[in-house]
Amino acid sequence: MQLEYFLLVAAALFCIGVYGLVTSRNVIRVLMSIELMLNAVNLNLMAFSNYLDPVGVKGQVFAVFVISIAAAEAAVGLAIVLSIYRNRDTVDMEQFNLLKW
Amino acid sequence: MTLAEGVQLVAFGVLSAMMLGSALGVVLLENIVYSAFLLGGVFISMSGMYILLNAGFVAAAQVLVYVGAVNVLILFGIMLVNKRQAFLPVQRAWVSKTATAMVCAGLFALLTASIINTPWAVSTLTPAGELAIVEIGKHFFSDYLLPFELASVLLLIALIGAIVLARRELIPDVAPGEPESEALQLPERPRELVSSLPASLGDLIDS
Repeated sequence: MQLEYFLLVAAALFCIGVYGLVTSRNVIRVLMSIELMLNAVNLNLMAFSNYLDPVGVKGQVFAVFVISIAAAEAAVGLAIVLSIYRNRDTVDMEQFNLLKW
Repeated sequence: MTLAEGVQLVAFGVLSAMMLGSALGVVLLENIVYSAFLLGGVFISMSGMYILLNAGFVAAAQVLVYVGAVNVLILFGIMLVNKRQAFLPVQRAWVSKTATAMVCAGLFALLTASIINTPWAVSTLTPAGELAIVEIGKHFFSDYLLPFELASVLLLIALIGAIVLARRELIPDVAPGEPESEALQLPERPRELVSSLPASLGDLIDS
């Protein structure tokens, strides 16, 4: 097993996440794509932790921090989606022009 | 991890195929409920990857937090904003999709080149394995104590912020001319009174 395999899979997952983040029109799908990207970063951290720093396991500590912050982000993101949905009555990203000049 | 090299390689192949297939399904499928369940598949195969990387504690945390909390939260969000509408077609949507796909492919090529060309200083020490959780605990309470406490404060802030943002402040609309019923003015809907119990039950209580 090589470090590069894990890094390649994480890079592929990150690129899928970026594609979904930019192209999807449903807000909830955008949130899911953000979760995919955060998971790709976590996989990177864990691979580095196992192969480059196997005794200190600092990468695992960082992965735990990323997981907790991702949970907070999902909660606040869904609350924002709910409140926009109440005001705009849609979940289409193209119709959210609140911050557009 | 004391698995043979071949077993590890096969497990890695199966897990990565599951993960990338589910991730493509999350992004590409039309039905968002399928996407949410496939997202759970991504999280579970990610946790298997963590076990391959000698990180049992983080794998358990991944299952608990992501599959148990975030995925369920997303499913609740889908149910709450369940609006079956067809989105208005955008002109030349395929241009932006193609451009994004090309940018993502380029990004992947760039990352691949840098991953392959970097001389990684792979350590030859034996991994901490089962003792990793002890190491994580030591880190949390010594050199990462401040971020650990800040994370708890951040979670509290997110909790209160989510409640404040998602709380419904409107009271239901009343038709004009119709007097507002008393139930809408009260902070809480009046409950059924005890005396409205069935007569037989009331007799039972009295006796």
